[in-house]
Amino acid sequence: MPIDKVVASFDEAVADVADGSMIHVGGFGGPAEYPSYLIAALARKNVTGLTITGNHSGFSEPQLAMMKERMASLMAYPDDYFSPGLLVDRGQVAKGILAFPVLPGAALKVPFEELLEQGKVELELIGQGSLAERIRAARAGIAAFYTPVGPGTVTQGEKDVRWFDGRPHVLERALKADFSIIRAHKADRWGNLTYRGTARTFNATMAGGSHCTIAEVDELVELGDLDPESVVTPAPYVQRVVVRPPQAVSDWRTPC
Amino acid sequence: MSAPRFEDKPRLDESAMAMRAAAEIKEGMVANLGFGIPMLISSFVDPDAEVLLHSENGVIGFGSVIEDPARADRYCINGGGQPVERRPGMSFMSHEESFTLIRGGWVDVTFLGALQVAANGDLANWKVPGKISGALGGGQDLAFCAKSVVCITTHQTKDGTPKIVKRLSLDITAPRCVKRLVTDIAVIDVTPAGLVLREVLPGWTPEEIQMVTEPELEIPGGVVEMAL
Repeated sequence: MPIDKVVASFDEAVADVADGSMIHVGGFGGPAEYPSYLIAALARKNVTGLTITGNHSGFSEPQLAMMKERMASLMAYPDDYFSPGLLVDRGQVAKGILAFPVLPGAALKVPFEELLEQGKVELELIGQGSLAERIRAARAGIAAFYTPVGPGTVTQGEKDVRWFDGRPHVLERALKADFSIIRAHKADRWGNLTYRGTARTFNATMAGGSHCTIAEVDELVELGDLDPESVVTPAPYVQRVVVRPPQAVSDWRTPC
Repeated sequence: MSAPRFEDKPRLDESAMAMRAAAEIKEGMVANLGFGIPMLISSFVDPDAEVLLHSENGVIGFGSVIEDPARADRYCINGGGQPVERRPGMSFMSHEESFTLIRGGWVDVTFLGALQVAANGDLANWKVPGKISGALGGGQDLAFCAKSVVCITTHQTKDGTPKIVKRLSLDITAPRCVKRLVTDIAVIDVTPAGLVLREVLPGWTPEEIQMVTEPELEIPGGVVEMAL
């Protein structure tokens, strides 16, 4: 039977995400990186008790509007831009494994910080490099690795420390999630993916770092139309492909 | 330690600090520009110099920040989400590759912000006092693994407390990592023998810099004026 990983809608793509799932959420924070429609579909599904991993915990809807306004002098943010903060703000997240759980400055509190203060979410703080490598390790079938990053700091915690080449190293475990939700540029029905510019970031890292990777893509092309030299994520890492709508859907509540 | 405020004296603003820090980047270097003030550096690097500016979100070889929103490219942004110029020789990479580059020791110099730096080079920059947690971002990987760490920071907090201290009182990011400090009034090197004052902003004396710095500074005869 031919391989076809294309799913008709975002709602269908996340239909089997259960309460308590662990989800790698792709993107970094910029305007073209988050799997916005998959985030919106998870919000509509109202699945709860999630553990999310990723760079940033994201903004509430009013904060997002404020941020878009502040960035407008540099760059327009699209109307269909949703961050993991939507899920956090709606109380769907129980735990975050994150590099930016709160903003660096004292001025603005993102939803994750509010909930952390109220004891309603759990935090595992981790730097971007160790997070990315833990996810890569999961894809690569490596159970754990020693990294020179973290000895003597908050990220060491209870982790094992060993010395190699005259330096202390911390043992970091692979981080395999139930789902990865990522954003890519082009896909074929096998799930080969290309990316655009800095939108590659955590998206390519998280592909294959879970039992089920769902790719939200700009464009679906015929099998054979992707130059094999340009494929960044090979097909086996991807289980589902879903295509973004041609016109932006700006309300996350709208089924699509 | 309480320190005098010297409110009437000149201080560099963020752009001027970034301009001075840009002078640390020599042709041929791989230089990472961290979140915050360091992102401003790309606009002060000589556009003809062949340097590889790296940003942890997965881009290397980019140019200055694009100020005109009509030209902004949402697929070519720095770690602070600002659009940056594409340049010949640049490349994009995944996040794990971006940190393979950092952890593997391929970054010659990184520029980071600081909340506190200790006399031995210990850095604290991820958790603001009073917050329940902070933002490690990619700064910890950079502080541990870049070949050289340059901190760009105001010399004192807003209430005048020195940020350069004998021992950190804030949560540590990485131990013994800072090599050089570019502040709004001085350039200071962290050496095995202690802190050495290298440059002083015109309008300040080395003795006044010492008064707003907690650990003792070595003040060699060759202290020069900060030049922009």
